[in-house]
Amino acid sequence: MTMQLAAPLLLPFLAAALAMLAWRWVAVQRWLGVAGAVGQLAAGIVLLVTVRSEGVVATQIGDWPAPFGITLVADLLSAGMVVITGLMGLAVVVFSFGGLDNRRESFGYYPLLLILLVGIGGAFLTGDIFNLFVWFEVMLIASFVLLALGGERAQLVGALKYVTINLVSSAFFLAAVGILYGLTGTLNMADLSERLRDLDAPVLETTVAMLLLVVFGIKAAVFPLFFWLPASYHTPPVVVSAIFAGLLTKVGVYALIRTFTLLFVGDVGFTHTLLLVVAGLTMVIGAIGAVTQQDLRRVFSFLVISAVGYMVMGLGLFTAFALGAALFYMVQDVVAKTALFLISGLVRLVGGSFSLARLGGLYRTNPVLAGLFLLPALSVAGIPPMSGFAAKVGLVQAGLEGEQYLVVGLALVASVVTLLAVAVAWGEAFWKSAPEGASIDLAEYRATSRGERLSMFAPVAVLVALVVVLGLAAQPVLELALEAGDQLMAPDAYLDAVLGADR
Amino acid sequence: MELILSILVGVLFAAALYTMLRRSIVRLAIGLTLLGHAANLLIFTVSGVSRTGPPIVREGREAPLVGSADPVPQALILTAIVISFGVLAFLLVLVKRVYQTVGTDDSDQMTSTER
Repeated sequence: MTMQLAAPLLLPFLAAALAMLAWRWVAVQRWLGVAGAVGQLAAGIVLLVTVRSEGVVATQIGDWPAPFGITLVADLLSAGMVVITGLMGLAVVVFSFGGLDNRRESFGYYPLLLILLVGIGGAFLTGDIFNLFVWFEVMLIASFVLLALGGERAQLVGALKYVTINLVSSAFFLAAVGILYGLTGTLNMADLSERLRDLDAPVLETTVAMLLLVVFGIKAAVFPLFFWLPASYHTPPVVVSAIFAGLLTKVGVYALIRTFTLLFVGDVGFTHTLLLVVAGLTMVIGAIGAVTQQDLRRVFSFLVISAVGYMVMGLGLFTAFALGAALFYMVQDVVAKTALFLISGLVRLVGGSFSLARLGGLYRTNPVLAGLFLLPALSVAGIPPMSGFAAKVGLVQAGLEGEQYLVVGLALVASVVTLLAVAVAWGEAFWKSAPEGASIDLAEYRATSRGERLSMFAPVAVLVALVVVLGLAAQPVLELALEAGDQLMAPDAYLDAVLGADR
Repeated sequence: MELILSILVGVLFAAALYTMLRRSIVRLAIGLTLLGHAANLLIFTVSGVSRTGPPIVREGREAPLVGSADPVPQALILTAIVISFGVLAFLLVLVKRVYQTVGTDDSDQMTSTER
């Protein structure tokens, strides 16, 4: 069991270490990047199958019994997120073969990306809240360097903001962990869950809950803590933006879901209502922000924010069905957002710009790309038969069952505004005629070889196909998500796995 | 002792946030460092300050002496200090590069990525 839980972290970590050794041989690093991501994906799938058949699995690293040692634990949510992390890692690594300039490739891009995948996987698998902080830092330091790698002016300015906001959130996280330890004398999340249940200090408990809401809210980019995201996510190369947009905010959402289903369930009337308010505002303001943007990557950045609102809505509704729907939303959104950011890179390649004002007429020259753009864009807006539709139907149904009509209304409004945003973006980039006097600089496009183009289009095509398949054949994944929702609402299996059945 | 430490933590948090709100990005780095210190000291304070013995099991005994200090908060703080040291090193290099590239340390001049 130990190996199964550690493999999704060890395999990409090993690949990263080897890639560092192969510093001068970029070709070797590339394939190590593929190997690391495939390793994480495969190990994740093995873990998911195990969890599906055996229930929640846990292991104590170093064999110190819980709650003293560091616990790795996987339920369906954790295992599923590891699988999707490996998959997105693989897509982005392959895209990078052709989609990233050689200078960045030769200055440690692949090892950093692999370390980022390790950090994300660790955050999903750890069962200890201080350890979660440590994995966050692993993830952050890799993302700091990835964001700044290349040293362009916009990148550096964006990185400064990103670093600042994340360090502030880390300090608050640390403070919250300290107070939590002072309250309960433990850091193991399963043990914390039990002790918080028996603890009679509602004020302090809610204080810590609010601190962690701010911390994870910053990471997840919920209203009103999202402002850093559209100021930084569009500055690095698209491969970096894509992995950030796909996965990093979702780690924040994951941490919110974990803490607000396992730890802070004592005052649901207050905490989860607050989550619903935050969710509603995040959805709508993210979508409205997207409509006002001129840079394709910034449009998508705001859509990332809007989507986070839907996931938090599922958490705020706090039923097994709502959580399941939110998890399905999360999985399909990771795929769709990664695909959209990679597609924005392709648009720049064939259109010469990210700016909607300067783009135009690409439908005539690149109908395939127009289609590739349209499918995930419609999915994000929730148009059937794409996967976003099934996810939104689930959330709306859960909201109606919970009689939270206001947030359901906001979700529907945000969907319509999202549709407007993606329709405008698609129309501007592909449908309108090319702007007068704009000469598209295709030198870069012509300079790419057939192999490089294949390495960029193939992962995008796979991701887009996945978006469609998740919509047309949603049932198996949706069932898995609903099972994961059940697990979250009945944490006894989690506690048994970590602390032993005779706790 | 707890009272003094609590006040100190509050002052540190306030000083950190005030320093970060200044426009100079060097002050930003200093503020972030202070913020880390404030969080570390908070952990130290909330987990109980005591003048009891070290958490060591004497030879021939099964358990440490009654009333020994809790080693976990110190381990947490140590970990956090090491991490924040690494991050600070990166931050300082970043601040220097931003200053060299943008040509100013005034964060009001760094709004180009927000439009």
